[in-house]
Amino acid sequence: MKKYVFLLPLLFVLTASGASALSDVYKENIYQVGKLKPVDSVLKVKVGQKAPVFTLPAVSGKKVSLADYRGKKNVVLSFVPAAWTPVCSDQWPGYNIVQDLFGEHDAVLLGISVDNIPTLHSWTRQMGDLWFDVLSDFWPHGAVASRYGILRSDGTAERAIIVIDKKGILRYIDVHDVNERPPLESIVRELEKLPK
Amino acid sequence: MQKKLFFVFVAVGIFAFLTAASASPLQPPQPGQSLPEMKLPKPAEGKDLRYLGLSGSGTFTVDQIKTQAVILQVFSMYCPYCQKDAPNMNRFFGLIENNPGLKGKIKILGVGAGNSTFEVNTFKKKYQVPFPLVPDADFSVHKLLGEVRTPYFIVVKLNGSKKAEVVYSRLGAHENIEAFLADVVRLANVQ
Repeated sequence: MKKYVFLLPLLFVLTASGASALSDVYKENIYQVGKLKPVDSVLKVKVGQKAPVFTLPAVSGKKVSLADYRGKKNVVLSFVPAAWTPVCSDQWPGYNIVQDLFGEHDAVLLGISVDNIPTLHSWTRQMGDLWFDVLSDFWPHGAVASRYGILRSDGTAERAIIVIDKKGILRYIDVHDVNERPPLESIVRELEKLPK
Repeated sequence: MQKKLFFVFVAVGIFAFLTAASASPLQPPQPGQSLPEMKLPKPAEGKDLRYLGLSGSGTFTVDQIKTQAVILQVFSMYCPYCQKDAPNMNRFFGLIENNPGLKGKIKILGVGAGNSTFEVNTFKKKYQVPFPLVPDADFSVHKLLGEVRTPYFIVVKLNGSKKAEVVYSRLGAHENIEAFLADVVRLANVQ
């Protein structure tokens, strides 16, 4: 039977499916990606280190630099793999109703994906008016995700939550199972740990 | 060798077929059908428990709710339409509760598909939702309901000859909540 071990991944694919409850806001426009390898990259940063700085274009048209928040705000980075996919589409709209939870901890949220600006524009417009910036790590493709070690082998980013304090130090890194949305409480719990 | 390989592929094929067959229904429950049996966590808040006519902790089933008709709202904190519809649903609740002829006879229950207790409570607090919302963190209820998009509404009649009969099943928010309420009263034969 050992000869047929190669069939096990097939069995896995046949029995697994990603879980999400899509909003009707997206109608039939979401591309089903199926069950993906939970994590497909090797982290290059760790808690306690300085966060790699970056500057990326935002959907709003401005450029956003991580360094701009140094000494002013805690920063939560929410990397998502791809626009118009099931779990990603059901993530940022939830953060959109909890601006107060971020504000209570003097934190800003930055959403990041490797999609280009036009794609992010049309996708995030379905989510309502987002209070946080959505950044494009499209070109050089996935360069920021790569510096953090969260660029997957297919060119998408991991689904990751990264908390950076006002000193620019990495305080929390959750490279989450790409097939699942990180629970909101895990982000809030980490925000509560930040120094006042 | 070839015979063994053939056997393995047949076995995989049968397995795949059975897996597909036992997967969640492709369609949500339709009028005339019984609501799939599903265990929901009892709300923690006493006010919500009393509203449903329940007590204690643990789980409950929809047919245990003390009323003639239950409106199940499948929602998610992460759903923009559900967020937008929340004030509308609150007004809908008011239409029922402020009508002496309907109060107690129609109950609303929100099920947060893929939402944790924290997430459901965040939504409830944000929109001051006056009716119970319960979590379905592992999507188990969502699967039983055909993995519908959100918001989705299912009206269950509890006062008929069938146990937990579905009388209404619809995707999307209601622009006219008065018409929706009239439909609920008529279809569930609320008296």
